[in-house]
Amino acid sequence: MDYFLTEQQKTIRGLSRRIAEERILPVRAELDEKEEFPWGIVKELASADMFRVFIPEAYDGLGGGCLELCLVVEELSRICSGVAVTYAASALGCMTLMEYGTEEQKRKFLPDIASGRKLGAFAITEPTAGSDASNIKTTAEKVEGGYLLNGTKQFITNGGEAAIYTVIALTDKTRGARGASAIIVEKDTPGFTFGKKERKMGIRTSATRELVFHNCLVPETNLLGKPGLGFIQAMRLFDRSRPGIGAQAVGLAQGALEAATDYAQERVQFDQPLITMPVVQHMLADMAIQVEASRALVYAAARYVDSGARNVTEASAMAKVFASDAAMKVTVDAVQICGGSGYMRDYPVEKMMRDAKILQIYEGTNQILRNAIAVNLRKRRARTA
Amino acid sequence: MNIVVCLKQVPGSTSVKIDPRTNTLIRQGIENIINPFDTYALEEGVRLKEKHGGKVTVITMGPPQADVALREAISLGADEAVLLSDRAFAGADTWATAYTLSRAVARLGKYDILICGRQTIDGDTGQVGPELAEMLGVPFVAYVSRIEEIKENYLRVRRMVEEGHEVIEATLPAVITVAKEINVPRLPSLRGIMKSKSAAITTWGIKELGVDQNMVGLAGSSTQVIKVFFPQRVCQAEILTGDLAAQVDKLIDKLKGARLI
Repeated sequence: MDYFLTEQQKTIRGLSRRIAEERILPVRAELDEKEEFPWGIVKELASADMFRVFIPEAYDGLGGGCLELCLVVEELSRICSGVAVTYAASALGCMTLMEYGTEEQKRKFLPDIASGRKLGAFAITEPTAGSDASNIKTTAEKVEGGYLLNGTKQFITNGGEAAIYTVIALTDKTRGARGASAIIVEKDTPGFTFGKKERKMGIRTSATRELVFHNCLVPETNLLGKPGLGFIQAMRLFDRSRPGIGAQAVGLAQGALEAATDYAQERVQFDQPLITMPVVQHMLADMAIQVEASRALVYAAARYVDSGARNVTEASAMAKVFASDAAMKVTVDAVQICGGSGYMRDYPVEKMMRDAKILQIYEGTNQILRNAIAVNLRKRRARTA
Repeated sequence: MNIVVCLKQVPGSTSVKIDPRTNTLIRQGIENIINPFDTYALEEGVRLKEKHGGKVTVITMGPPQADVALREAISLGADEAVLLSDRAFAGADTWATAYTLSRAVARLGKYDILICGRQTIDGDTGQVGPELAEMLGVPFVAYVSRIEEIKENYLRVRRMVEEGHEVIEATLPAVITVAKEINVPRLPSLRGIMKSKSAAITTWGIKELGVDQNMVGLAGSSTQVIKVFFPQRVCQAEILTGDLAAQVDKLIDKLKGARLI
């Protein structure tokens, strides 16, 4: 299928694929097995300018948007979804800054993210606030010389490895979600520590940690936008980042489809390759349909985000839900086609199946996102009735 | 530091066919790549520039389409690129190639080090590097696996020999050919690729180089490939008989007879 990408978009996709195949593929099994953070790969991505893709040109970036980010994430995820999320989380960590930051804040933090010298991370989730994201307890009390942070963030991607964190905390705890604000916290700020690296089912190379704030004082100049808008900023951020999770799903499913097709071509049973059997052919065809439909929806949503459309909640939620459900199904079927071999860790599809599950969970569970889509349906119905 | 890297565009496939009439490679329909050995030369040149400053100039001789290889070199860190392209250059052997390259290097002006890959994967001769040094009248070191030190007028390198290494010092300017052990070539960067797409490529022909057309290309080549063929494989088999000791004796006699032991 031709998605009419520009020359620059094709260049970004082509180089991402090369990095994935030449540098990530040889180490992906080891990264997964050892649950080791991929610093070597991060350096490769940095020297190839990949972290510049999503940063405006004024801050040493290449000025790409959601679609460009999706193209990189898809290609990385085709080989290793754990590396892909590590990369994407750095973008997530600075998108609020890009949208609401002052000129001075952007100058201070964005060039280091663009060059890949520093990674970003975004922190909203807490032990009491998962799907119920507004139920956060971390406070950022206004004191002499800045904000004093106290509380714990949970399951934070790039936690402990990133240098720049966008943290959602209550600057006014009497107002609940309306008292939340987005604040930049740099690693090594006194009072800011990390929990142990979580042991996960999949995307094991990526780092997931608790962030612990104990009387952590950050300068007032680290507040992004106006106080009290943090929750809205976070929801707006996810509206724009969700196509990226969709792209992660597309890449992962594409990788699984290719692995299953290769296996079906080579594996002989009953004196014939599996791929000549209608039952296997139909499974592969259904997988291919799911992958391509996901890709079309993800690219369309990404382009919609890049168009500057005001309300992208529905489009980006649809792309994320559809593509992640497809990735789960496609990776399960890929293991099925590869049979006993597919269940073994020497083959890549079992890792892909483990990696897929998180896509239905993070950045809004698919159930929460279906709620959001339904809310929009009802609103539209009410307007036209 | 002025660094010059010579590279060649070669067929990217190992399944190239040979035209039985001309005994040359059939290049149609085959994707071309930078000769893999030359990518190590380029990487080493770019690393020298990053460490000591200066610029990297890449030169290639080939058809107009060889600018693709030069643009790729720019995406990998080269600053300037010169394409030597002229109908008169066609059909050159290593001598005529080295002569043409040497005239281009002379035209570039002052240089400190010239780096080539140890050989190409299509011609496989490994001759152009040493010939270039000879024609330029500068020191030459082959199979360099590490540049240990480089200063204004002096170079110390480690080179690979059959059973170990040699450490060699030479004055600059010098020509070296590098082995693949010297580095791991980087991948291009996005900014490098974007820069390379619009980069200006200088093209020089016989006029710009001021060379006699009888000194270049087929006319300037003192060797010519007259036949390319697969060697006939001859194998003889003999089964030794008798008890084990007798078989061993016979085998030893045979091996001695063949001067293998």
